[in-house]
Amino acid sequence: MSDRTPVIVGVGLSDYPKAPHLDGLGHHAQALQRALADSGLAKGELDGYAGVGMGADQAPTFTEYLGIKHHRYIDGTMTGGSSFEFHIQHAAAAIRQGLCEAVAITYGSNFLSAMGRSLGTGGFLSAGQRVAGTAQYEAPYGNTLVGSYALAARRHMHEFGTTSEQLAAIAVGVREYAGLNPSAMYRDPITVDDVVGSRLIADPLHKLDCCVVSDGGGAIIVTTAERARDLRQPPVYVLGAAGSQTHWNISQMPDFTSTAAASCGPEALAQAGIRPDEIDTLQLYDSFTITVMMLIEGLGLCPKGEGGAFVAEGNLRKGGRVPLNTDGGGLSSCHPGMRGIFLLAEATRQLRGQAGEAQVPDCSIAVACGSGGWLSCIGAVVLGKDHP
Amino acid sequence: MEVREVETWTRPTPAGDGAGAPFWAAAAEGRLLIQHCPACGWRQFYPRPICIACGADPDWEEASGRGRLHTFTVVRQNGAEPFRGQLPYVVAMIDLEEGPRMMGNVTGCEVDDVFIGMPMAAYAVKVSDDVGVVFWEPATIGS
Ligand SMILES: [Zn+2]
Repeated sequence: MSDRTPVIVGVGLSDYPKAPHLDGLGHHAQALQRALADSGLAKGELDGYAGVGMGADQAPTFTEYLGIKHHRYIDGTMTGGSSFEFHIQHAAAAIRQGLCEAVAITYGSNFLSAMGRSLGTGGFLSAGQRVAGTAQYEAPYGNTLVGSYALAARRHMHEFGTTSEQLAAIAVGVREYAGLNPSAMYRDPITVDDVVGSRLIADPLHKLDCCVVSDGGGAIIVTTAERARDLRQPPVYVLGAAGSQTHWNISQMPDFTSTAAASCGPEALAQAGIRPDEIDTLQLYDSFTITVMMLIEGLGLCPKGEGGAFVAEGNLRKGGRVPLNTDGGGLSSCHPGMRGIFLLAEATRQLRGQAGEAQVPDCSIAVACGSGGWLSCIGAVVLGKDHP
Repeated sequence: MEVREVETWTRPTPAGDGAGAPFWAAAAEGRLLIQHCPACGWRQFYPRPICIACGADPDWEEASGRGRLHTFTVVRQNGAEPFRGQLPYVVAMIDLEEGPRMMGNVTGCEVDDVFIGMPMAAYAVKVSDDVGVVFWEPATIGS
C-alpha cells in the first residue's frame, strides 16, 4: 500500500511587507513559483487547488491564472483569515482519500499598496450608504475592525482581571522575533510601556496591540508521504486539523471571552494524540493581542481566564516554554488582509529546522491556529516532524 | 421607546428589508421587537424566519427597551464619515432584559462614564417611515 499520509512538501512566500510591483494575483503566482522550487515538485503534478481572495477574485480565477485548470479537487472555503487552516483540513482528507495527489494552497494580496490606508480607519462604509443583509444590524453604529476585538478584550478584562500590560507582553515577544526577520515590517525592540503608551485606537486596544497592514502572499503544497520520499525537503506531517465557528458578525458572538478554538483545538490535538504541553511552537493568528490570548486559552495552553498570567510569565517568548510567531507575526512582520497561510509556512520552516536564529530547539510539534472574521471561525492544525 | 427625529441622517442606512422589515418599521414607531419561538421558547435578535435553536417559525414580541451593558469600546479612530467627525464614541453590546443581545451606541453621557453592567434604556431615531434605528442611553432611576 502506498503511504497516503498527508504532508507539506513546499512553502513559498511572495515579496513583503511592501511590494508595489505585484498585484494580488502576482502574489499568488510568485508564492506558488517559490513553493514549487522549494519542493522540487513539477507544476504539472498539481491536481488539486485551494485558495481564497480578499476581493472579487476567488478560487476559479486563481486556478485559471496559475494554470491549474485540470484539477481533480478544488476548495474555495472562505472563513476569513483562517481559511487556510480549513483548506489544510480538507486537503489532508482529499489526499488520504485519493481524490488527488498534490494540492496547492495559495493566497496573495496587495492590501497595503492598493489601499494605502492606515489601520482601523474603517472606510468600508460610506455616509448614507444603504446596507442590506446581516450587516445592517451593525452598520449604523460606526464600529470598526479594531472595535470588534476591543469588545472581546474589554469583557476579558472585566471577567478575569486581564490587564493591558499582559496583552502588551504578547506584542513585545512577537516583536523580538521580528527583529530576527530581515523582511519584517517593524524590527526595533519594544517594551510593555511602549505598547500601553501607544495611542488608543479602540479602548482598551492600543496601536501596538494591532497588526500591521502589509502586502504579501504565500503558497503551500500538500501531497502524500509516498511522493515526498524523493522530493527536495523533509516532509512535514499533518497530524491533526479541525475547524469550527461560533458566529460571523461580532454582534452575534455568544460569549465574548470564548472562541471556537475551545472545541476545534482539543479536537485537532486529539487527532494528533498530543497534549497542549507537548507543543513546541505556536503559530497563532495575531490580528490583535487579544486574539492570541483567546486562542491560547481555547487550545488549552492554560485554563480559561489565566491567559494574562501565562503570557506575562514569558511562556510565549523566545526561550520560553512554547515560542509564538517566530517570523514576527502579523503584529510586527506581515498581515496582508488574511494571515492564515503564513502560520502554516512558519510552522513548516520550524519543523524542518530551517528557521535560523529564530529556530526553536528540538522542534517536533507545531500548532498553527487561525482566526477568521471577528474571532468567528477558528481552524487548528497540528503539524509534526516525524511520521505518525 | 421614545422616538427622536433627526434633521439629517448621514450614517449608513439599514435597508430594512427581508425578515427584519417588521423590526425596522416598528422601531420607527417606537417599539423594539425581538423574536420569541412558540415551540421552544428561545428569544433571538437579529430577526430571521427560523428559530436558530429548534428550526420553528418565531413570533414577534415587544421588548421593554431596558437592558444592561455587556461590553463596550470607545472608538477613537475611524476614517469614515460621519463617524470621523463624532470621535470618540461608544460602541456597546447591550443585554436586553428579555435575553437577546444587540449592538448599539451609548449616548447621553461622557465616554469615560460608561461601564460594564450599566443600566441602559433604548430610544429610536426615525430615519424613514420604514426604518428606525435603536440607540441607548443610561437609564434614569425609575425608567
Ligand atoms: Zn425554537
